[in-house]
Amino acid sequence: MSQAELTREVARRVFASEFNDSTYTFKESDDERAPNFALLPTGDRANRVFVVGTLTETEDVGEDSEYWRGRVVDPTGTFFVYAGQYQPEAASTLRETEPPAYVSVVGKPRTYQTDDGTVNVSLRPESIAVVDAATRDRWVVETAERTLDRIEAVEAWEAEQEAPESGSTAPTNEYAQMARDQYDSPVVNYRNDVIQALEQLEENEATA
Amino acid sequence: MSDVRQHADDIHDQFSDHLDVSVEDVEERLATLVDEYKVPMDEARRSVTNHYLEEAGLERDDLSSGSSEAVNVEDIEEPEEWVDLTAKVIELWDPRSDSVAQVGLLGDPTGTIKFTKWAKSDLPALEEGGVYSLQNVVTDEYQGRYSVKLNSTTVIEERDEDIEVGDDTSEIEGALVDMQNGSGLIKRCPEDDCTRVLQNGRCNEHGEVEGEFDLRIKAVVDDGLDAHEVIFDKDATENLTGLSLEEAKDMAMDALDTTVVADEIAADIVGTYYRIEGPTFGRYVLADDVTELDGPADAEELLIKARSM
Repeated sequence: MSQAELTREVARRVFASEFNDSTYTFKESDDERAPNFALLPTGDRANRVFVVGTLTETEDVGEDSEYWRGRVVDPTGTFFVYAGQYQPEAASTLRETEPPAYVSVVGKPRTYQTDDGTVNVSLRPESIAVVDAATRDRWVVETAERTLDRIEAVEAWEAEQEAPESGSTAPTNEYAQMARDQYDSPVVNYRNDVIQALEQLEENEATA
Repeated sequence: MSDVRQHADDIHDQFSDHLDVSVEDVEERLATLVDEYKVPMDEARRSVTNHYLEEAGLERDDLSSGSSEAVNVEDIEEPEEWVDLTAKVIELWDPRSDSVAQVGLLGDPTGTIKFTKWAKSDLPALEEGGVYSLQNVVTDEYQGRYSVKLNSTTVIEERDEDIEVGDDTSEIEGALVDMQNGSGLIKRCPEDDCTRVLQNGRCNEHGEVEGEFDLRIKAVVDDGLDAHEVIFDKDATENLTGLSLEEAKDMAMDALDTTVVADEIAADIVGTYYRIEGPTFGRYVLADDVTELDGPADAEELLIKARSM
């Protein structure tokens, strides 16, 4: 295995609206142990994410054994978090936490196809922790910043595509290309989600 | 120039200081292997190089692979590279083995690095506080930490200047996303200068030993762009968690299990944002100064940016 594969995958910051649109998954090599990536519509790959939101509901949806589903809500939508017997610590946190509560989740994107062909994206947690409101607010700002950075990179790349003779120095953006090929939702949607998320924070502060 | 000739030239350059040998001689040896015996070029080079090493009574480590490059301490990130450094001797340590003439710490404005000077290299002694230009030193790595080795081809020149030594302190801000195995209440090997962490009561070096308890955390702090591995030693762990080594031992005693300590710490710190400052050692940052980031987050500036995009 190459050194790159041994290094830990970074935990991307992504809002629920974009996460749930990340239905295309891929691997970078044929190696059996090569990491799986979800393609973010804002032109990046995510093998792992870090999210913070409000746990609004937990339910054991398992048949033979415990399989917990948690709904974690951020300003743009809902993350669906599933933990079963192979995530015992996360499952017990879901079992024992009384909603509503702020939680942080480190986990991996997983996709599954329903009978009618739609692809749903869920989050398989590595850890879930109860956190405070300040942590949640910090995450919203941080995720807004990271999302805007990705959008900016995509826009620079798009400008380069449209006017290659301008000699722009925008680097090639493999994942922006991939996102354009796989998805039809323009990145401006995610910019609007960022604005909405930040406005909500500002309002909360104003009323607090 | 033919391929063989080019390689012969390279090899000849490496030995010209040590042996009286002609390029033609090298070329002929190479050509015999490559043309006549169909040996691949890299293997042929290896074989011919070994031949001359033996003839000159040198070790492979004594040879530079081409010319070395002038670097700063912080740039040393690969083992087995030939580099030139200008650095100050910060400390000399007592060599633990007769094969080592001098060992200690070098520093330049970008950081510090350990050096070893072999006894057999027969080089002049470095003095503490002295600034030297060191040409042809080899980088090495052990458990993620880099060092440089002075060898018989190293050229040492004392410099008539003082240089400021920087510490390669990092500052990282991010969420603590994972606490790794080997965190919490651990046992270390009590042998002198060992301190290895025991696995099931065994030290990798000294076998089964009666370990000594210690507290530490190995964690990953991630800012969404990079994942940094951070080590909290006993003091940093006590400060971070408010749990003392004695309390941790009591907890483990009550539960008849040391893992309860790690579980308790993980519940406390995973998912929290921190700013961490400390020196870097290889891929690790040692947490010297830790601040929990729990102040209000400022959304205004970003909002202005988002609206203007």
